Amino acid sequence: MNETMVISLLLGSLAAMVPIALTSIGAVISERAGVVNIGYEGILMFAAFFGAMFAELAGNGWVGILGGAFVGLLFGVLHGVLTVYLKGDHVIPGIGLNLLGYGAVAFGIRAYWGTAGQHQVPSNAQISPLWMDAFGNSLSPMVPITIAVAIIAWWVLFKTPFGLRIRAVGENPEAADALGINVELYRFTAVLIASALAGVAGAYLSVDWLGTVTKTIAAGRGFIALANMVFSGWNPLIALGGAFLFGFFDNFAIYIQNNPWLAGTIPWQFIATLPYVVTLIVVAGIIGRARPPKWDGRPYKRE
Amino acid sequence: MNLKNELRGYAKPVAESVLAILIGAFIGALVLWFSGYSPFEAYYWLIRGSLTSVDGIAETLAKSAPLILTAITFAIGARTGLFNIGAEGTVYFGAMAAIIVTQYLQNPIAGLLAGLLIGALWALPAAVLKVYRGVHEVISTIMFNWIAFFLVSWLAVSVYYNPKDPNSTLPIPPSARLPLLVKNTSLSWAFIVAILSAIIVFIVMWHTKLGYELRTSGQNPRAAEYGGINPKRSAIWSFVIGGMTAGLAGAGLVMGTPPSYAITQGLANVYGYGFDGIGVSLVGRNHPLGIIFAGILFGALSAGATAMQQHAHVPLEMIKVIEGIIIIAVAVPGLLDLFARLFRRGEA
Repeated sequence: MNETMVISLLLGSLAAMVPIALTSIGAVISERAGVVNIGYEGILMFAAFFGAMFAELAGNGWVGILGGAFVGLLFGVLHGVLTVYLKGDHVIPGIGLNLLGYGAVAFGIRAYWGTAGQHQVPSNAQISPLWMDAFGNSLSPMVPITIAVAIIAWWVLFKTPFGLRIRAVGENPEAADALGINVELYRFTAVLIASALAGVAGAYLSVDWLGTVTKTIAAGRGFIALANMVFSGWNPLIALGGAFLFGFFDNFAIYIQNNPWLAGTIPWQFIATLPYVVTLIVVAGIIGRARPPKWDGRPYKRE
Repeated sequence: MNLKNELRGYAKPVAESVLAILIGAFIGALVLWFSGYSPFEAYYWLIRGSLTSVDGIAETLAKSAPLILTAITFAIGARTGLFNIGAEGTVYFGAMAAIIVTQYLQNPIAGLLAGLLIGALWALPAAVLKVYRGVHEVISTIMFNWIAFFLVSWLAVSVYYNPKDPNSTLPIPPSARLPLLVKNTSLSWAFIVAILSAIIVFIVMWHTKLGYELRTSGQNPRAAEYGGINPKRSAIWSFVIGGMTAGLAGAGLVMGTPPSYAITQGLANVYGYGFDGIGVSLVGRNHPLGIIFAGILFGALSAGATAMQQHAHVPLEMIKVIEGIIIIAVAVPGLLDLFARLFRRGEA
């Protein structure tokens, strides 16, 4: 492994880190407030599709990112109303949203672009990299933005009164309520932030990193993000590190596939399972000491 | 008297499922209309393709068989307090196992048993991770689905590929195929296997000690433990029985679906049944008998989708959109009460 390979593996890992980090940071905020959402896979799908659509209409990738955030927000409103205000089950709407996402994007690609399964995003609708070398390695502006989001999320959650309240409604909503905190409002806000971040992550997939919309574009990243959230112990900064680790294995798999000697020995399908196997091992190894917020996934009804 | 109360208990969930289906159809119509298609034309062909001829009905029932089985996987999980969404990957393994085993033992029973057994085995890792390491089954089963996808793809492409047809695996040998119930259709004994499985699961879950233990663990884990029920044992059984039905779904799918009787490239013909089964289970209220009806409904949607695509030119993925909306509607708590309140407000 020479220097250029190290650089390409590093940059590739950073690029793969972004969607998982943004989604898991959002999930951390939502679960800190006590709301479970397993529908991020669906939000990633929708945001990737509409992000690309908006970016192409505007001829600007950043419009796509904002469009993705907006689409995410809409699904956040849906999930928030169902779980926070109607006190419904936290898991089932997520299952529905994930199935809807896969169906709607496959339908949308055919209905809107008239191609089956895949659509290339034109370069004027993609986000231009901050830096690029002759070998095709590049660094997206979304990488520093993601790092900033992680730091801000950590600071807000643990160092501000707003963050304290978010954590209070997830840890002990009865006490928070007694102190005059509007439990439902804080929970709802946390869900919206989480869904908007997942929306940004989804749009990043299509208008930045992959530059294409496919009918399986999320590829389980919504769920890897949930696993990463558990791994982080519900902490945005550790979630950033965890996302980098998963990004690394994602790229390492590609690196092995492109290495003729290794690829000849091990079937590529085995290597493709690596990120998922690593996720399982990491989550299985870490779970004993991870503790979710006490009221995570439980609706709060005022007595 | 008792029966009357029991029926009344069923009326509300049935009405809520029907309402969810109507909401799905209505929002689906809006999506069609916004996308520039005629909802009337689309729905006309959807129904015509699935319910108005012997062939259509046969296709509907054939499509429902694997859905009923994967729905049961989810339902058993839900009844025991688990969100087991691992049916998808298990279907791939069930189908592959049936193909492998019938190459040597050219007998349909051997093929079905292979699916059943591999399903139970493939469910164990997720069960062990849940029970002994506390790994949430939503995360583990999704990861196992992806792992199954790549492993079965490898088996399909590199080991059990068909030398005469690069687009598929070796087919199930003729003597191990499930006989057709209606000539020149896809409706085979796989459908009977699915219905029998649903009935067996119903009997096990509601009329045996094991079923009682499983359901009690799901309803109230703490009370179950006080009552001497081992929740770890319940969780493992829940995964294993669920794995069996999903494995059976995969085996039945390749053994009972002409013309190929094989897994096609990219696992295309065995893909998606596990995920759709979740929807079937939710609409069927996680009850084996409700699942039979919901499975036939979803079977009709997918049987009619082809006609809808051919004649109304609507992409068949539209069906998935409708299904997703139905599930989200099912998730709305007190859907019926909510609607009743809305209408009463309208009158006032």
